[in-house]
Amino acid sequence: MDRLFELQGEFWTAAVETLYMVGLTLLIGGTAGLLLGVVLYTTRPGSLLSNGAIYNVVNVVINFFRPIPFIIFIAAVQPLSRLVIGTGIGNNALIFALSLAASFAIARIVEQNLLTVSPGVIEAARSMGAGPLRILSTVVVPEALGPLILGYTFVLVAIVDMTAVAGLIGGGGLGTFAQVYGYRQFEPVITWAAVLLIVVFVQGVQFLGNWLARKVLRR
Amino acid sequence: MALVSLTNVSKTYPPAERGGAQVVAVDDVTLDIEAGDVFGIIGYSGAGKSTLVRLVNALEPATSGRITVDGRDLTVMPERELRGIRLGIGMIFQQFNLFGAKTVWQNIAYPLKVAGASKAEIAARVAELLDFVGLADKARNYPDQLSGGQKQRVGIARALATSPRLLLADEATSALDPETTQEVLALLKRVNREFGVTIIVITHEMDVIQSIATKVAVMDGGRVIEHGDVFDVFSDPQNPSSRRFVSTVVKGVPSPAELDVLRERHEGRIVTISFRDGDVSQASVFLELAAAGLEFELVYGGINDIQGRAFGHLTLAIRGADAAIDPALARIAERVDVTEVP
Repeated sequence: MDRLFELQGEFWTAAVETLYMVGLTLLIGGTAGLLLGVVLYTTRPGSLLSNGAIYNVVNVVINFFRPIPFIIFIAAVQPLSRLVIGTGIGNNALIFALSLAASFAIARIVEQNLLTVSPGVIEAARSMGAGPLRILSTVVVPEALGPLILGYTFVLVAIVDMTAVAGLIGGGGLGTFAQVYGYRQFEPVITWAAVLLIVVFVQGVQFLGNWLARKVLRR
Repeated sequence: MALVSLTNVSKTYPPAERGGAQVVAVDDVTLDIEAGDVFGIIGYSGAGKSTLVRLVNALEPATSGRITVDGRDLTVMPERELRGIRLGIGMIFQQFNLFGAKTVWQNIAYPLKVAGASKAEIAARVAELLDFVGLADKARNYPDQLSGGQKQRVGIARALATSPRLLLADEATSALDPETTQEVLALLKRVNREFGVTIIVITHEMDVIQSIATKVAVMDGGRVIEHGDVFDVFSDPQNPSSRRFVSTVVKGVPSPAELDVLRERHEGRIVTISFRDGDVSQASVFLELAAAGLEFELVYGGINDIQGRAFGHLTLAIRGADAAIDPALARIAERVDVTEVP
């Protein structure tokens, strides 16, 4: 307990780092994933702007990267990370790798949720003379908003999980904190303090997601 | 000129699997729909009627043939221009297809937004339509808080938002109970009469046609096998498939099974007399039989009313000597259709 007290500063710094990594990943990966998912949805055969070539390319790319375990993925994209953001280590390098991985996962979730929108509703919008982009933004996405929020909540929890390996490439956050000060120094109290904070954080996110989705779905 | 005109229109879909036969959904249909009509298209599921109606607002492109709406040929129009055409054609659906994430008000406002109407125009028009369909108090509700009939009324209001001249109703009452069906049909009738909107009604239920249509086309296997005034098709269907549809609402000629029962219960010769509006009165037929000293009994049939015109089939069991019956029937047959059931 005393040790935890001593490490208070490091603990809160780690917590902020985790929030920073999660937040930025959600912003970047979430946006990229939304775009990719919408592209998948709209270009799929029979959809609003069906285009077999684009659909197949995006589909194959996503299927290629998705199964790579994240811990390997970080190492694999390190050269790319150096090229794009100028560094292959630290929190920002983790955000880069994680955003990439998350955008592929989110793309699938977005695609799947958009597909639940009834074709009849889309047909109704078409029958009113609405064009594909208008239908996408004013019908398809709003109709799927509830499940989309739940999907993002699910991904967010997974992102929190994955930020914990930041230590592997010299990053910080609660995962690193638990490893360095808890596990390696035989201080289970420290480890559990990190665990508890993450649990609280995840619960909070889940609660917020459920609440928002319920508000959108009005049930 | 007809408001909607189809000339040798076909729609085929590519085969579902490699090497399969292509699917002919609409097969060489030629049809004119005049402004002001309530035009019914009836057929079993798979007859091609839903595809046909989607050709009229170009939700589906025709494979061949010519389709004109208001004199403009849809088959040569680019998609962007077709959107403008669709704005002028309302459509309602079996499953209502309301936007679940939008309120009733927002649903009805949607096509107006697409049309680029101003906020003030939208507010005025939506209020007017809500009033027309009797849902002014539901403006802020969401579709899942409404009953089926209310949903379809929202669908109708939404379809009418841009004041279209043509309304397409695709099985609009098939998901509703009989009472609600009548409500919705009455509303469609008002749309036709008060706003002069031409309506194409797709249905598999003959009583829908009977309630509101003025013209009807019967579809089977992608083809229009019979079309004309509802009265003509109902009172004298030419095609076996039309006859089957008509028999679902018109109690007319007894079926073979019913005939067996009738023959068991009644003595004498069984004769069906078919009346059509204006032909001859029933009284003169009965007088003829009475004058010949024949005893007769009404054993089956009914008189139907289609848009204020009556027709019907009455099946009589006539008892007496053939020598008296034959000349009496011959005299009656000069004026109305007489079918002797062997």
